[in-house]
Amino acid sequence: MREAKKKTPSKVITVEKALTFVEDGCVLMFGGFGGVGNPPTLINGIYEKGVRNLTLIGNDSGFPDIGIGRIVSHGRAKKLITTHIGSNPIAGELMVEEKMEVEFCPQGILAERIRAGGAGLGGILSDIGLGSVIEKGKQKVLIGNKEYLIETPLQADVAIVHAKKADTYGNLVYDKSARNTNPLVATAGKITIAEAEEIVEPGELDPECIITPGIYVDYVVKSKGVDWKWAWE
Amino acid sequence: MGMGVDTRNRIARRAAKEIKDGMIVNLGIGIPSLVSNHLPSDIHVMFHAENGILGMGESPEKGAEDAMLCNAGGFPVTIVPGASYFDSAQAFGMIRGGYLDITILGGLEVSEKGDLANWVIPGKRVPGIGGGMELAEKAKKVIVLMSHVNKDGEPKILKECTLPLTAGRCVDLIITDRAVIEVREEGLVLLEVMEPFTIQQVVEGTGAALIISEDVKSMN
Repeated sequence: MREAKKKTPSKVITVEKALTFVEDGCVLMFGGFGGVGNPPTLINGIYEKGVRNLTLIGNDSGFPDIGIGRIVSHGRAKKLITTHIGSNPIAGELMVEEKMEVEFCPQGILAERIRAGGAGLGGILSDIGLGSVIEKGKQKVLIGNKEYLIETPLQADVAIVHAKKADTYGNLVYDKSARNTNPLVATAGKITIAEAEEIVEPGELDPECIITPGIYVDYVVKSKGVDWKWAWE
Repeated sequence: MGMGVDTRNRIARRAAKEIKDGMIVNLGIGIPSLVSNHLPSDIHVMFHAENGILGMGESPEKGAEDAMLCNAGGFPVTIVPGASYFDSAQAFGMIRGGYLDITILGGLEVSEKGDLANWVIPGKRVPGIGGGMELAEKAKKVIVLMSHVNKDGEPKILKECTLPLTAGRCVDLIITDRAVIEVREEGLVLLEVMEPFTIQQVVEGTGAALIISEDVKSMN
């Protein structure tokens, strides 16, 4: 590898600085699946900052006090675009009481809508949920003689993800099943903030093994780790 | 659904017999998650998890759990040699692309045409869709494990589902605490009756017509 002429600028910032990007009423997309791979330090910071009226986009609503669940359970979201809320009964109560709007999307289709949002696509064509409540309000197209729903792309003002390792340019590698939606979410934020367990210098991550190229990541913060007890503990 | 551990395991043990060597299998939450405990050791299966694992292994020993290695239900797992991790788009690309041989799911209701309802009870329980729609619509074989009747003793196998559907005409086999029923073009075929229930009791507990197989078996 040839030495770069000028040192790659660092995207590492403090958690305090990162939190300034998350404001009342913003659209916040989060990586993670059942709490695993939710970025804990950013989520706690957003909770403590007291941000309200968020539109949240992510796989699920965590558990009541695990992951994104902390923000959902305290009524900080006005809307949630997600795939299921079964592990967080408080989310269900808020929905039934009409304190939080919930839009359900099939799990893989949510992932693809996020991918489309990050990849500059106008949407995706899907036959999942045809004939069910999922098709409500959606346009349909015929390709050959087969019917598809047009699923729109999703983007966010701020996207937050969790990584095992980041370099200071924002290249990311993930941690086993904590990868889940994170590489997709990383691409779909106007501002993407990665929370990493470990931050290394450019060149230390094997380019063959980088899952998220740093182009998608605007800022990197150091994780303080998980401070909640997992459901199985 | 109020069934004891023995009954749940009996259903899971019967479901395990449907899994053959070399298959790719996805297990849902609840009774389906018990199926892997009942596989014979001489068959090799790759378990797929929709949160991004192909090659899930057994549950770890207590104290050896890794919070970053969990199944789709959020519980710790291990991996087998040859396993891989991937993101959610790829996890569902595998499902929609038709690469899964079997998915084993829980159910609230199944109709005689094989329609499955398992994601919402309006006004009562709203767990959400999760990955159920894609699994039910796209896996090569869909097996539903559930109690034969609900807690009020009413049938869960019906002529038409009353709850919102997860997917239509998707179920191939229903395994309950009372029976094994195959969904065929001509209707629901009763293949096996679980002891101590009788054919008559199974018929009475089913809300749709059953075709009694000529060689219907009694299982314990």
